[in-house]
Parts: sequence; C-alpha cells; structure tokens
Amino acid sequence: MEAVLALAIGVLTGSGVYLLLRPRTFQVIMGLTLISYAVNLFIFSMGRLKLDSEPVLVHGIAATLANTADPMPQALVLTAIVIGFAMTALFLVVLLASRGLTGTDHVDGEERQEAAE
Amino acid sequence: MTGQLVQLLDRLLEFGMPHLVAVPILVPLLTAALMLLLGESRRRTKSALSVVSGLVGLLAALALLRWVNAPETGDGPGSVGVYLPGNWQAPFGIVLVADRLSTMMVALTGVVAFAASIYSTSRWDRAGVHFHPLLQLQLMGLNGAFLTGDLFNLFVFFEVMLAASYGLLLHGSGRLRVQAGLHYIAINLAASSLFLIGAALLYGATGTLNMADLGMRIAQLAPADRGLVHAAAAILATAFFAKAGAWPLNFWLVPAYSAAVSPVGAVFALLTKLGIYTLLRLWTLLFAPDAGSSAAFGQSALIAIGLATLFAGAIGIVGTQRLSNLAGFSVLVSAGTLLAAIGLGEPAVWAGALYYLLSSTLAVSAFFLLTDMIERWRNAGMSVAPHEKAGNAPFLAEDLRVLDDVNLDDEAQALYGRAIPAGVAFLGLSFIGCTLLLAGLPPLSGFVGKFAMLSGAFSTGGTSLPAWIFLALLVVSGLLALIALSRTGMRHFWTQPHPTMPALPALEVLPVAGLLAASVALTVWAGPVMRHAITTAEGLRTPTAYRNAVMGARQVPNPAAPAKGPAP
Repeated sequence: MEAVLALAIGVLTGSGVYLLLRPRTFQVIMGLTLISYAVNLFIFSMGRLKLDSEPVLVHGIAATLANTADPMPQALVLTAIVIGFAMTALFLVVLLASRGLTGTDHVDGEERQEAAE
Repeated sequence: MTGQLVQLLDRLLEFGMPHLVAVPILVPLLTAALMLLLGESRRRTKSALSVVSGLVGLLAALALLRWVNAPETGDGPGSVGVYLPGNWQAPFGIVLVADRLSTMMVALTGVVAFAASIYSTSRWDRAGVHFHPLLQLQLMGLNGAFLTGDLFNLFVFFEVMLAASYGLLLHGSGRLRVQAGLHYIAINLAASSLFLIGAALLYGATGTLNMADLGMRIAQLAPADRGLVHAAAAILATAFFAKAGAWPLNFWLVPAYSAAVSPVGAVFALLTKLGIYTLLRLWTLLFAPDAGSSAAFGQSALIAIGLATLFAGAIGIVGTQRLSNLAGFSVLVSAGTLLAAIGLGEPAVWAGALYYLLSSTLAVSAFFLLTDMIERWRNAGMSVAPHEKAGNAPFLAEDLRVLDDVNLDDEAQALYGRAIPAGVAFLGLSFIGCTLLLAGLPPLSGFVGKFAMLSGAFSTGGTSLPAWIFLALLVVSGLLALIALSRTGMRHFWTQPHPTMPALPALEVLPVAGLLAASVALTVWAGPVMRHAITTAEGLRTPTAYRNAVMGARQVPNPAAPAKGPAP
C-alpha cells in the first residue's frame, strides 16, 4: 500500500511540475491542480497509513492513535482542499482575463519568436 | 498629548487583555465584512470605515507594544501575551501570541496600511471595485500571520493575505497588471504547495504543529528522525524564500510590485517582510541553541542566499531607471540585507536588522507612494509616460539640451533667488529623504540600521568571512542605490525646461509626509527603539519565555458549565 501511495504522489507531482513549466496557461493551471492533489495525498499519508481502524473515537475503545486513525491530517487536508480549490478558481479567472486582454494563452502574454522558424 | 495616549493605552490593556491580542485580526475582518454589505457604492463611508479600522488597529498594536515592553510582572504586563481563540490549551488548539517581535511587526503593518488607506482615498480606490475590503482582508492576513503561534494557522493566514493581495494587484486592471498577476499567482500557488508539504512533514516527524512545541520536540528527537525534520525545514524555507523575494526565487517581484497601483505597492512592501519574519521566527524557535545537533540548521544557506539577494538587488537597482522599478529593487535589497543579517546568527546583528526592517519598510512604502505623485506630475496626467511606450530611459529626449531661457550654466543670473514652488519642493525633499533612507546615508534611520548591523557583526569577537562579504555588499549596495536614485532624481526634477506645478491633494501629501516623519522619529528616538530591538533579539536567541508562555497558557473555565458530566 505504501508503494502504491508513494507512486501515486510521485507521478502526480512529476506530471504537475512538468505541466507547470509549460508555456500555456491552461497547462500551468492543470499542473498546479495536479500538484495540489499530490500535496493533499501527502498530507494524508503523514498521519500514517492504516487499515481497518476507527475514524473517530468509539465508546469502549481506548482513545489512542493505536486504535484510531490520526484525525489531524484529515482536518488539514480538508482545509488545504478548500483553499486550493478557491485559489484555482481565482487563477482561472485571471487566466481568462489574460487571454482576453492579450489574445494569446501564452503565460508571458505574447508568443515567443522561435529561432528555428 | 503623549500622556493622554499612554493613559488610553493603559485603559485598553486593563480592559482588553488577553482579548486585545485578537483585535488586530478581528477588526479588519469585521470591517471588510461590513464594507461588503455596503455594496459598491458609498465610497466615502467605506473610506471612513477604512481609516477608522486602521486607527483602531494601530491603537491596539501600540497598546500591545506597551504591554510587552512593560517591566516584567509574571503573568501581567511585560509577559508574552497569549490568547487561546478556541479555548483549547496549546499544543492542541490554535494560539495567538503577541511577543516583542510580532507586536512590532503588527505596529509596523498598522502604520503602513493606515498611510496607504488614506493615500488611496484620494483617487486610487476608484480605479476598481472593492479596494477597501481587499485592503482590510490583506491587513487581517498580515496581522494574523504575525500573531499566530501555530504552523498550519500560519498557512491559513498566509492564504488570506495572498488571496487579498491577488485582488489588490489586479486592482485597476489593464494588461500589465493581469500579466504580472498571472505570474505572481502561479509562483505563490507553487510556494503554498511547498509550505503544505513542509508543514505536513514536520507534523509527521514530530506530531505537533504548535511552533513553540515543535522547537521542544525537535530538541528531543532521535538522530534518525532529524533528517526528516531538516528536509521539512528546507522545504518550508523554500516557500518562505519565495515570499521574501530571495534570489533566485524573486524574478516575479519587481514586475508585480511596479505594476500594482501605488498604495498597493506600499502595502506589498510588507509582504516580503512577512516572509522574513516567518523565517526568523521559525528558525529561532525550531533550531534554537538547545536543539542539539539541529541547532542553527541551514545557517550557511541563509547567509549565502541573503548575500546573493543583496547582490542581485543592487545590480538591479542600477539597471533600471523607472521609479516604480527602483522601489521594487529596493525591496529586494532590503530583503537580501535582512536575510543575510538574520543568517549571521548573532543577537546583536538581529537587533540592528530589526531596526533596519522598520526603517526600510517605512522608506520603501513612502517611496512607492511618492513614485505615483512624481510620475503623475511629470507625465502631465498620462497613465503611461511616452518614454515607457518607446522603452527609453525617462526624459532622455533629443530636445533635452540647454535652452536659452533656462539658466543651467555658470553665467546664470536668475538661478539663485528664484522661489521653488512648494509642491515641487515637497516632492524633491521627500525624494531626497527616501534616497537617504534607501541608500543608508546619515543622518536618517537607514544609516543607523546599517551601522547597528555592522557593529553587531564586528563586535562579537571573531570576524568571519561572511561578515566581511556582508560589509562589502552593504556598502556597495548603498553606493549603487545612491547612484541610481540620484540619476533618476535628476532626470525627473531637473530636466523640465518649463516647470509646472504638481497638483498635490492633502490626502496624498499627508501619508507620505507621515511615513517620512515616522522615519525621522525612528532616527530621533533610535535609543528606545534599539533597546526594544535588542531585548527582542535576546528573546529570539533563548525562546524560553515564548515557549513557557505558550505552553503555560490556561483555558478559561466555562462559567455556565455544570461540574462534570456528559453534555445533554
């Protein structure tokens, strides 16, 4: 399970960074989204991976981390998801404004003149 | 006057503590909410609200300053003010902590934001919608980030501050701003991801997010786990370096800051200081001298990055002739100076750095505001100067030769005795003041700050190589700033064959004059301010008082609660 999660985070981060470095605004926003997915999974994994344990306190079972999942990373992930979602939405608006004002979806607002042409 | 103010502050403290700690966060939040209810009209009401909120925040900050600087009396004044917003004891709940450093930063934020909000009421708040609510939210994010004692809460306040800054940067719209905003948002979103990774790693390694608790846990950590904590700290630091404008993560800064409207630029001068504050706060808490083999982790990297930033900023400042770019590069120079000074790791240097932080922030903010006034005057009301469209240096035109009716040569007759119009005199004197402050020349506070840092670096026994490089770069960057600012000043003030009078509304003159007067006051009362800075720096070196105050803060008992038992 650890390997699968680690691979998932790694692939998401890798693809995200690649897209973040691309010249089109849409690729950048997709890259940022993938990175934020990877970060959320990563935060989640910091509460240690565990199977079949109680999500919250249950009556009669000692309230230690040995018996329940760590609730802290879950709360953190929830906050991070909300903030990340809002920021992505805001970035999307700026992206559209930039497209409208410059007429191109290049991140610099103008097409680079390729030397090869 | 002063006596009455002190009395008022004492009253506030008497009634308000410990709740007063939350006031700098709550007042802007409530003001912003109220303004949103008012809708897009009623600009005057909103301006008034903005000014009132600024005043209240400033008063609260001054009262807190008085509290932390009072002679120590155990739990009362003179201690670190701790507030438990959820009434959960640390490290389980979020804490707000007002110690000397954070209170000083909140007071500085209050002064700059107050000046910027007054300046904006003159014209810039009409350039788009919701200027004042955004400014208030920005203020809330900044104050919250300065006051919080919890790492994840710090992230949330960072995001509040950033979300407001995106809106403020785009205020006024236009192609340049949207373009700069796109880059600014992208880099900050990436940095926020790094922040989250670092915070999660720290939680995974230590099991806590409380900043005071983190430091104590790191001290007891097994050697095998230290690698993880160091990795987490390095990732976190990368995020803060990006916000602080450290080289090579600062290429977004100058375009973004110079594209923003000038009151926003003045407030943005605080944002890089937030990055620097966070680095100083976390570095001193997490890697205090008692942290075992982790003590002062990353010190050499901090010095190297600081010196590189200082160098890059100094090169940039001579490489530009636009006023707003000059202001942006001054931000970089002061960020580099502060990072390197923090990295040197001596409380004496930190004290100088804290003084320099106050001085340079006031100066850069005043300069951002002044830039707008000078450019509007010289460009005769045009929003984009002709020389900028052509990509030329300012006022370097073919027709710029000595004219017959203007006395620029030695045989001048009417050169002396001619009255300078008051408006031009104000702009010129303010420009000279900013130049002295930014270049660090005597007699103003920029010099005092640089001198305090250098004397701290060279008075503590062995003089290391970094200290010598720091000295050299500090002197050279001051000289380069002086050259660049003089050159630009000459272009803007002395190349006008037929001088026109600048139109200077009082609402714009007062904030600039106020910020510069604050710098002068900082020079005149350098003694008390330096004493505050020295005590602050010593408290940073041994954060025992901070830790004890945070971990020892007790919950307020619920007055209505039955003795014990399950809730109905």
